[in-house]
Amino acid sequence: MSPFLFWIFAVLTVIFGAAVILNRNPVASALCLVVSFLGLSALFMSLDAFFVGIIQVLVYAGAVMVLFLFIIMLLDIRAEERRRINWLAATGGAGVSVILLIQICVVIKHFQPARRIFPPLASSTTDDVWNIGRLLFTNYNLPFQIVGVLVLVATIGVVLLSRREPR
Amino acid sequence: MITLGDYLVVSAVLFTIGFAGVMLRRNLIIILMSLELMLNAANLSLVAFSRFRVGVNGLPEYNAEVFVFFVITVAAAEVAVGLALLVALYRARQTTDVADITSLKF
Repeated sequence: MSPFLFWIFAVLTVIFGAAVILNRNPVASALCLVVSFLGLSALFMSLDAFFVGIIQVLVYAGAVMVLFLFIIMLLDIRAEERRRINWLAATGGAGVSVILLIQICVVIKHFQPARRIFPPLASSTTDDVWNIGRLLFTNYNLPFQIVGVLVLVATIGVVLLSRREPR
Repeated sequence: MITLGDYLVVSAVLFTIGFAGVMLRRNLIIILMSLELMLNAANLSLVAFSRFRVGVNGLPEYNAEVFVFFVITVAAAEVAVGLALLVALYRARQTTDVADITSLKF
């Protein structure tokens, strides 16, 4: 991918990601999150990870965001009313975040391989679905089945949690 | 040219945005969305490292992409359970603001 496209999608992802936490209206936040995830999926595809990019769109931009929007509409949450902002806590939270970002950036700056470009692949089209599927069903067969049990437990748990208490 | 560090910086910025959302916002739905942002930032650096480490057969490191697959699956289950908890909480208290939920505060 050309550097131009990379920077477009990176800036898109970061700007809409920031809009998620800056918006007061939860519906606007959810829609910004969708755009941010679409930009992220383009970044995945620029790394030749087409399978991950596709399931990013399907699972996050599709299923998870519909779930979020459903819950927002179900609970009828409007834009939160302005409350008295605890400036001490807000400054502390922002300060900790900035310190975290500076720390990570310093680590990346001193990480020698980070300055190298990506090595070329053997061919431009990689059948990554085939490769990931083969790994999933051979090396990672047990974790794959455990994840299946986890999803089942989550489903049962959600049904139990959202059931009304019998009186 | 785009280096590995560029992807790592984008991932770090996304992670920090999610972290700031968890620290600063008090709406539980926004906090859940910020958690998703942080998980996706970690996924981005995983995929970048997977593409960076090309093996002798000229293919990227697919173990990392399998890990991303697991992260996405667990994150989807986590969102479902988290939103169900949110609905149950809203039923009991009619609020999604963390400042109003202080029963367990020491």
